[in-house]
Amino acid sequence: MAEEAKTQEKTPQALPPLVSRVPVKTKEMLDLLLADRGVTYYEEMKKFPVDTAAFKKTLAASCKSRIRTWLKICAHCGMCADTCFFYLANDRDPKQVPSYKIQSTLGEIVKRNGDVDTEFMMNCMDTAWGKCTCCNRCGQFCPHGIDMGVMFGYTRGLCFSQGFVPHEMKIGSGMHWLYNAQMDITVDDFTETCAWMAEENEDDWPGLNIPVDKPNADIMYTINAREVKHYPEDIAEAAILFHLTGENWTVPSKGWESTSLAMFAGDWACCKQQVEWVYEAMERLKPNRMVCTECGHMHRATITEGPYWAGLPSGNTPVPSLHYVEWVLEVLENGKLKLDPAKKIKEPVTLQDPCNYVRNAGLSDVTRKIMGYIAEDFREMQPNRELNFCCGGGGGMNGIGRYRKERNIGLKVKRDQILATGAKFVVSACHNCWDAIRDLEEVYKIGIKWSFLKPILIKQAIVPDHLKPKEEGTDE
Amino acid sequence: MGAIYEFVSGPLALISFAVFFIGCIYKVIWYVKGLDWRLDRVAYSTQRSLGIKGAIRSLYHWLLPLNQTTANHPIFMGATYLFHLCLIVAPIFLVAHVVLIEESWNISWVTIPDPIPDYMAMVVIAAGVFFLLRRLTNPDVKIITDGSDYLVLAIALAPFITGILAYNQIFDNQLMTILHILAGEIMLVAIPFTKLSHFVLFFCSRIQLGMDYGIKRGGVHGRGIAW
Ligand code: HEM
Ligand code: SF4
Ligand code: SF4
Repeated sequence: MAEEAKTQEKTPQALPPLVSRVPVKTKEMLDLLLADRGVTYYEEMKKFPVDTAAFKKTLAASCKSRIRTWLKICAHCGMCADTCFFYLANDRDPKQVPSYKIQSTLGEIVKRNGDVDTEFMMNCMDTAWGKCTCCNRCGQFCPHGIDMGVMFGYTRGLCFSQGFVPHEMKIGSGMHWLYNAQMDITVDDFTETCAWMAEENEDDWPGLNIPVDKPNADIMYTINAREVKHYPEDIAEAAILFHLTGENWTVPSKGWESTSLAMFAGDWACCKQQVEWVYEAMERLKPNRMVCTECGHMHRATITEGPYWAGLPSGNTPVPSLHYVEWVLEVLENGKLKLDPAKKIKEPVTLQDPCNYVRNAGLSDVTRKIMGYIAEDFREMQPNRELNFCCGGGGGMNGIGRYRKERNIGLKVKRDQILATGAKFVVSACHNCWDAIRDLEEVYKIGIKWSFLKPILIKQAIVPDHLKPKEEGTDE
Repeated sequence: MGAIYEFVSGPLALISFAVFFIGCIYKVIWYVKGLDWRLDRVAYSTQRSLGIKGAIRSLYHWLLPLNQTTANHPIFMGATYLFHLCLIVAPIFLVAHVVLIEESWNISWVTIPDPIPDYMAMVVIAAGVFFLLRRLTNPDVKIITDGSDYLVLAIALAPFITGILAYNQIFDNQLMTILHILAGEIMLVAIPFTKLSHFVLFFCSRIQLGMDYGIKRGGVHGRGIAW
């Protein structure tokens, strides 16, 4: 191993190593990683040494009684086995039992106090990202209250600190370091997209406007960088719905992105930087509250976990923060948004409960009430609410090429859950679930459609006359 | 033999109880001191009332068989509840034990009339055998089983097996009694040092997870973990 490293150093034009224990913080490094597509990266990783001295220090500083107790008192009873969708999707493979997965990775690390080798760490990586989505489902069934999802989140942080992190996750956290966004989208890209979307839809929605950096608004709206890059219509739809409901809203220029691939990567320092960017926007613009888009891990990162990374002792965000579904229910209930009951979805429709804001934030009633407004034949998946299975693409899984095969196998559980409802239409108010369900259809071709809430709501909304375009204006 | 009996039932018993109590208290202090609101990402102290609510829910649903896991696996969970109930109740309320304690320390409490504790000991052993067979045959359990699981099972069962033998005067009674006392003392001493420490850490872990859900994962919306 040491010899390899030396020969690399000697070659004059050798590129800097792709694998390292530090996050990506320069554009050059990011470009190198992007260009590599993971090929050399994983080859290099096979030879990348473990820094056991640093490992011991990290463990001493961060592995405290909660995790040590969980590892120690696990009764090895196997009650968690059939609660993990990976176990079920892999024909009940004992290697997918949550307790086994954590004991053979983090359990060993703790037992050996970080004295592990490269091969071991690569296996840890393949388990922490390739066999667990940190959905936290299993923890609900353990008699001792042992949460493997939490422990795998922690394990990811350990892996990251040692450089053993999937290619796309390394890039993801690098993006956050460089752009404060999960993709290479700058503040200008964002504000220009907003302006473009407002312009694009102005004919249909006279007066449509996306106010940037408006102080003291009621709502500060934050989004997912994907919307800027791939789905700008989502931003337009959000604007239309705020317009329709007459909300006093704004988007922050700095602080517009509230997702966090850094959380999936286990790069805790970067998680802190990212949420502080959003919280600074709250302090600067002083909105009454924040609403985030239809994304699950965004809610987890910025609303549920974020205050802790930022060191806020209340555990709450600087201003009250809502998931998009909470805002939707609010305007449906207070009548700001009126839907045409005749336009309710007639065909059977089912609902995906995202782990990140249902199991891990308790919003299951909210989405069900919304379904009551928009669907005539709503069918629950089994199991559902807090007990629902992960979509199959959570925790960063959707984006990691190395685990595509594992991901596609895992999708079988969601596929069968959807098929059992008899519905061919799935509502998914989460980017990750939405992607997983799209890919599920691509892989298994079960003939389903899927949608965020925004397009459904716009389709069913009763538009007041004064908001309609002039040409169509009736008896004005 | 008489001297050995005196020793195991006298000084050794005192030492075992001392190790057990001090060890358990130490474990709880160690656990609580190791909690860290930033590392665990749970606002334990600033959101106390949500935390307490979550903790109570967590204990209530698991100390009683009111949880999803019992519904999904009634046989195993039934065995476990019976095992633990008998394991804890039988020795504490056994007439012979209460009498011994009264003789030494002049305190006593209610008892369960013989031979009910004898039957309870049999339940403990039967459940233990079931756990053992499960460990040897169920592939999901086998893969996570290690030596310590067999060891703690043996430590937990030994006082009950020797107890039944002593109570029913099978084999040499005095020898059995000595073995029984020793087995009980090994169990007491093993509790703080092995995974039997779940005797107290179970409560710590359940309370912690309950607080986690109560404070940040749904408690404010009246939901929290779906037991
Ligand atoms: C109130 C105190 C206790 C509680 C709440 C408790 C709870 C639990 C729980 C939740 C489990 C995991 C599920 C299972 O495998 O059955 C377990 C396992 C176990 N407990 Fe306890 N326990 C307590 C006291 C004890 C004591 C005092 C002993 C023995 C000295 C003991 C011996 C065991 C054993 C041997 C297992 C493993 C069973 C197996 O092989 O599957 N427990 N306990
Ligand atoms: S259910 Fe809990 S105690 Fe049992 S094996 Fe799984 S993690 Fe361990
Ligand atoms: S957290 Fe989810 S994916 Fe991970 S082991 Fe538990 S059930 Fe499986």
